[in-house]
Amino acid sequence: MSIALIDYGAGNLHSVHNALVKAGAQTVELTADPDVVARADRIVLPGVGSFGACRDGLAALPGVIDAMAEAVQARGVPFLGICVGMQLLADAGEEFGRHQGLGWVPGTVRKIERADPAIKIPHMGWNSVTPATPHPLIEEGEAYFLHSYHFDAADPAHVVATTDHGGPLVAAVARDSIIGVQFHPEKSQRYGLSFLSRFLDWKP
Amino acid sequence: MTVRTRVIPCLDVANGRVVKGVNFVELRDAGDPVEQAKLYDAAGADELCFLDITASHEARGTIIDVVRRTAEVCFMPVTVGGGVRSAEDARALLLAGADKVAVNSAAVSRPEVVADIADRFGSQCIVASVDARRVEPDAQGNPRWEIFTHGGRRATGIDALEHAARLAQLGAGELLVTSMDGDGTKRGYDLALTRAIADAVTVPVIASGGVGTLDHLVEGVRQGHASAVLAASIFHFGQHSIGEAHAALAAAGIPVRTPIL
Repeated sequence: MSIALIDYGAGNLHSVHNALVKAGAQTVELTADPDVVARADRIVLPGVGSFGACRDGLAALPGVIDAMAEAVQARGVPFLGICVGMQLLADAGEEFGRHQGLGWVPGTVRKIERADPAIKIPHMGWNSVTPATPHPLIEEGEAYFLHSYHFDAADPAHVVATTDHGGPLVAAVARDSIIGVQFHPEKSQRYGLSFLSRFLDWKP
Repeated sequence: MTVRTRVIPCLDVANGRVVKGVNFVELRDAGDPVEQAKLYDAAGADELCFLDITASHEARGTIIDVVRRTAEVCFMPVTVGGGVRSAEDARALLLAGADKVAVNSAAVSRPEVVADIADRFGSQCIVASVDARRVEPDAQGNPRWEIFTHGGRRATGIDALEHAARLAQLGAGELLVTSMDGDGTKRGYDLALTRAIADAVTVPVIASGGVGTLDHLVEGVRQGHASAVLAASIFHFGQHSIGEAHAALAAAGIPVRTPIL
């Protein structure tokens, strides 16, 4: 099984690569090549930084978005988005201006706003992953989060896990062969590695 | 339940070797930071901090290798501080596998470096250090703290609270507040300092400097309003485990991670 890990300049690429290997992946290709994406059995889109910068970085790779869309939407290839890679699944993001997302999971990425000043932003640290709409990859547990913007899903049926930081936040969205997680499985020790291993075994 | 309070062990590293670290006999190479990082990963530390105190410029690359090797075997967030002077320095560490970089003295002489790094890599990956000492109270008798550099030896004349607010405003995603008076004393954090800063900024604050007991960790959160507590020697010398730190915080009603079984 080959896994295409999309290399578009996101800083956490190597951590995700290491974690996928630790979780049992045989072949993980760091790639910006649409042909490699088209051949892959699994696609992973990492992401740290701002929504717009990640979106621009991804769009700058010729043919990669089209290759991902064809694999995922036409052939049902399992797809995992992590952190900003998950947020990019939305229709749009509102970080530093409004930017268009992939539009694969309806919703908008908005700033986390809390009236209570004791609720610190960024939402940084370990927090609960609480199952919402049942999904085979989601188990209850604790994972590492690090974000100031959150996925506001248009259809609650796509929300497969939530967390709580002075109010509920989406922790994971899913639709067909697509799953996106706001937390960092590559930094979530045992919980994260077991999540990745379920993704590697997933037959959506 | 909200986000859990983090317990962060900090390892001092010089020339790629642990200077102040775990004194465990079972380690094959107790001087290897990666061996120690693995222990803390297995023990359920919420994050790990490497503080690079390498003095010579030539040996600065050694921390990159430590970070790269750590990222291959540890699946926990890692912050690296010490000697980060530019966005390029930050980039090298982030590419090697660091999740966050901490900027100390460079943020005193040139606070804009915080904005440079935040703009390029996002606020989430930049921790700004606030190294402060108590100075004479103001005319009304209110406590005052000033930023010190060079391990607490050199005064800068910069007010610590104003500096902290500026760093947060420039885009730091987190502040590491260290009492240079308390560091190494085991008398506990400077709670008034930690609280004054934590209450003045919207980003999380890590309390640091002076931990000698588990109660100090509890005070850092309860009275200091810190989101995370950093300590070195109480963990390294086997005085307390990460699990005991979590248990002490939990016993005080502070949300922490579920113990690893």
